[in-house]
Amino acid sequence: MLRKTVIHQHHIDLGAKMGEFAGYDMPLYYGEGVIKEHEWVRSSCGLFDVSHMGQAMVKGEGALEFVQKLTPSSFEKLEIDRTKYTVLTNPEGGIIDDLMVTRTAEDGFHFVINAGCKDKDIAWMKENLPDSVEFTHFDDWALLALQGPEAENVMREALGFDCSDMPYMSMRAENDNSFFISRLGYTGEDGFELAVKNSEGPELAKKLLAHDAVKPIGLAARDSLRLEMGYALYGHEITSETSPVEANITWVISKSRSGYFGYERIHKDLSEGVERKLVGIKLTDKGVAREGAEIRSEADEVVGVLTSGGHSPTLKESIGMGYVQTDLATTGQKLFVNVRGRNIAAVVADLPFVPAKTKSMKKKAA
Amino acid sequence: MAELKFTEDHEAIYVDGDVAWVGITAYAQEALGDLVFVELPEVGKQVAKGDEFAVVESVKTAAEVYSPVDGEVVEANDNMPDNLELIAKDLADGGWIAKIKMSDAGQLDGLMDAAAYKEFVEGLD
Repeated sequence: MLRKTVIHQHHIDLGAKMGEFAGYDMPLYYGEGVIKEHEWVRSSCGLFDVSHMGQAMVKGEGALEFVQKLTPSSFEKLEIDRTKYTVLTNPEGGIIDDLMVTRTAEDGFHFVINAGCKDKDIAWMKENLPDSVEFTHFDDWALLALQGPEAENVMREALGFDCSDMPYMSMRAENDNSFFISRLGYTGEDGFELAVKNSEGPELAKKLLAHDAVKPIGLAARDSLRLEMGYALYGHEITSETSPVEANITWVISKSRSGYFGYERIHKDLSEGVERKLVGIKLTDKGVAREGAEIRSEADEVVGVLTSGGHSPTLKESIGMGYVQTDLATTGQKLFVNVRGRNIAAVVADLPFVPAKTKSMKKKAA
Repeated sequence: MAELKFTEDHEAIYVDGDVAWVGITAYAQEALGDLVFVELPEVGKQVAKGDEFAVVESVKTAAEVYSPVDGEVVEANDNMPDNLELIAKDLADGGWIAKIKMSDAGQLDGLMDAAAYKEFVEGLD
């Protein structure tokens, strides 16, 4: 039996094509199709139901040390209400999940974790929780993502919240801590994630969709949007086997810290280098390459594997990400991607494939 | 007079003498969603009934197109990869993916006609 978010009936009523994702029956796309939805997010504003994701919090003396034990990032200087992207590492230096961590107090942190990982994440957190730290799982809260250049206007016009001063990667509480707004997302556009109690989820979705700039967007476009940005997807680019150095998210690793899970391997990967690295791949010949396709050298030797792949609606090209031997992980390197026994010419490409529009927000905040 | 035939895998066939013009049905296009690429067969390729001879790629997935007959690919629709909207056209009006010279036109006898295919598709929903 598939699980349902509190917005589930809403998706059905909107005519969504539903499909299974991480044990949930989720909207893959609505009437207009994936490409139109993708383009709508890039040009206006899309609403995603991401209530299947996990929301949790830790609070109490030792919470900072707890977070710094479970992730390779530094949170000591993170201001209250600011958010960081990081990963939970396992003792072998692989990745348990990637997540957003917001500092809610000196000794308080809020997490948003992947739907497919939440059970193991929560078990892992509880296993490592000091007695002085309290753990809360907000399993009766909904999460809606509003993404696109019109998102700030929609927040004001549909909900009455002026978010113009809100820096990118920050959170704020409204309505007596019953409504949380985070400015961040998974599309490369400006946008917000809104957390409310389940009981208020459908009404919030309805209010947002009533705005002319907003259309509902399914998980298929969420995937093509994140792929254009080169964002990792758990289970694809990052797994319990991949270190953050291999996954090319070295920037989440604090160089001055040790003592977190997996430090030994991550430190070794940093100082000695890695044998494979995650890169962007762009097909230069016609075709579409998908996850699992072999990456081959110009001499037709297998040198890696594609972890995600598909069509980029923005570039109208075929793009993907994959692991290749480190000596081939340089921009412009010519490769082949093997699709159904046929080698399609490809090249290692810079990430993101499409410039992020969130950067200017970061500057504004600085 | 030419006639249209259909397979349970949603290939559509326009029969022109001993040549089968093969495309995919509107139902298949609807199920695939936004198309992004068509991989054509090589002209001269020998195919057997049931062989994968072309691939239609949508945003979501790659769908194999199977040959409805034994024969030889005599023409591939080279315009199609750059004009994917062609696939929605009638087979005889540019919607064909490839033309196959049949070695046994009798193999078409087991396929559905338009009315039977319509009924078949209605049974799927």
